Amino acid sequence: MKLSLGSLTYCWNKASIFEYYQAIADTSIDTVYLGEVICSRRREMKYKDYLELAHMLAAKGKKVILTTMTLIESQSEIIELKRIIDNGEFAIEANDMAAVNLASEANLPFVCGPSLNLYNRGSLDIMQKLGMTRFVMPYELSREWLEQVITQSTTPFETEVLGYGYMPLAHSARCFTAKHHQKPKLDCQIVCLQYPKGLLTQTQESQPLLRLNGIQTQSAAKINLINQIPLMSKIGVDYWRLSPTGMDDIGLINQIASSQHRDLLAITPSTSAIECNGYWFGEAGMQINQSTNAL
Amino acid sequence: MELLCPAGNLAALKAAFNAGADAVYLGLKDDTNARSFAGLNFSAEQIKQASQLAKQQNRKLFLTLNTFAKPGHEGRWQHAIDLAADLNLDAVICADISLLEYAHHHYPGLPLHLSVQASATNVAALSFYKKQFNIERAVLPRVLSMKQVRDLAKVSPVDLEVFAFGSLCIMAEGRCQLSSYVTGQSPNTGGSCSPANHVRWQDSGTDKLTRLNEVLIDKASQNEQLGYPVVCKGRYQTNSQMTPEYMLESPTSLNTIGLIPELAQAGIRSLKIEGRQRSPAYVTQVTQVWRQAIDTYFQSPEHFNDKLNNQPQWHSALDKVSEGQVTTLGAYERQWQ
Repeated sequence: MKLSLGSLTYCWNKASIFEYYQAIADTSIDTVYLGEVICSRRREMKYKDYLELAHMLAAKGKKVILTTMTLIESQSEIIELKRIIDNGEFAIEANDMAAVNLASEANLPFVCGPSLNLYNRGSLDIMQKLGMTRFVMPYELSREWLEQVITQSTTPFETEVLGYGYMPLAHSARCFTAKHHQKPKLDCQIVCLQYPKGLLTQTQESQPLLRLNGIQTQSAAKINLINQIPLMSKIGVDYWRLSPTGMDDIGLINQIASSQHRDLLAITPSTSAIECNGYWFGEAGMQINQSTNAL
Repeated sequence: MELLCPAGNLAALKAAFNAGADAVYLGLKDDTNARSFAGLNFSAEQIKQASQLAKQQNRKLFLTLNTFAKPGHEGRWQHAIDLAADLNLDAVICADISLLEYAHHHYPGLPLHLSVQASATNVAALSFYKKQFNIERAVLPRVLSMKQVRDLAKVSPVDLEVFAFGSLCIMAEGRCQLSSYVTGQSPNTGGSCSPANHVRWQDSGTDKLTRLNEVLIDKASQNEQLGYPVVCKGRYQTNSQMTPEYMLESPTSLNTIGLIPELAQAGIRSLKIEGRQRSPAYVTQVTQVWRQAIDTYFQSPEHFNDKLNNQPQWHSALDKVSEGQVTTLGAYERQWQ
């Protein structure tokens, strides 16, 4: 099983993004997804900036996949999507059926991202016929679901599971970060730049619940499936994905890459650092299951 | 422009037809649809009766099949499609591509409507479903502004249906995991958002509280009204702002009655009323008002706005059955976004 880095979901400034990916280039991560997935109003990074990063990472031996928007609402966003599909060099991750449609028409292989509604093998087989080479499991599905789906017969596509980071849970027309700052979305002044890990939201009992990230709502808790790496490897998961959270990711990637499986098994999610792993165990996503699924 | 109304049982179906619905959508008594509540929905036999009623009255009947087939249990969803085809229903409302393929392959004459749960918000996605499964119509997620709806309708390869009235889902439908994050069940997987068995209404003496799987969603004084606890309509706080606020949305309903002229001019094929979980009285009330409003528009489009202003009872009737007695245009209005 290889390590992959999902696309950055937050709005960081350009210098921080370049610094982050330059550090990523020196880790032993296998695959890096690059691009804006949330909001076309975020203009810190242009298409050519992502291509520059893609070339830098490719030169360091990383496999690069350009990712695409999750919620596509306008013609200008379709035009941007076409530009990414026509990049001529890199495969893409589709996060909307618009991208599946255009990539398959262009005969471009694609990864099915986690926001596509693919909930059974029949759906995956349709995608595979259209050009899907890899499937990222939707976040709310479980180990049991995955085992049923990838062992039904031979699996002609790769499988990827989010193992670490904050989980995207919903997308809206409304920008919640702008709303919090009493700004209209069309004049948001990119307030999400102020929240490099989203805006943490708690219940009235101070229980962390959500992380507002522009039009996206994320989990307050960080999913941590580090101790499931040996098991995922055994059941045939091809890629274990991290979602970018900050420069701490670099040390973590190096640690995971250099650890034996038995050392990873010993790492249990922390109940104090607001972590979660419930979905993988078929429970509510925010829950913590302390089981290590010993092999 | 069709008026499409919900029915959770035969009484609601009759109420909808009596009040002037052109078409009704309903679901089976199981997890093949996203209003899988105890005591709600139709057995196969009841759908047969509903279908006979619809045919007698020359109305249309659509089967809602808007959840995603579970691995190993695909047969349950496929049998629902078989049933719709056997009874010659007017359409199946479906989101799962494996089921769309099943229906398209086995019953090419059965009209397919793309459910809102498929989250198709743009022309390239609509074209995908048209090309692969020959869908006839798509229901648009409640994330587009009126201008975006208009622009999309100009280029859409299929008929479009929009939500006109009812509970307001503020997320791109079919891609929201807020419910399963807290309860383990989402509309996609479990057949409902914020399932009732995880809901607790609590009275602390001074305050009323609503909980979802023990997570505090909202708290209010005794004389304030509390909404049904869904994650997106809770009052929360941040580290810098301890005064709780509706960070996402307040308990409110969608009401687009004032948009009837614009929706008609955009060529929208169908206006959908939400609420299969609601009572026959709700269905009657809402259907009557919308029937009158649509007819009023088509009788004399240029006078619709004057008539709307002179019909305060339309608004009050709809407000009365709305969550929190408050309505909004939601994403149709740019300012809301």
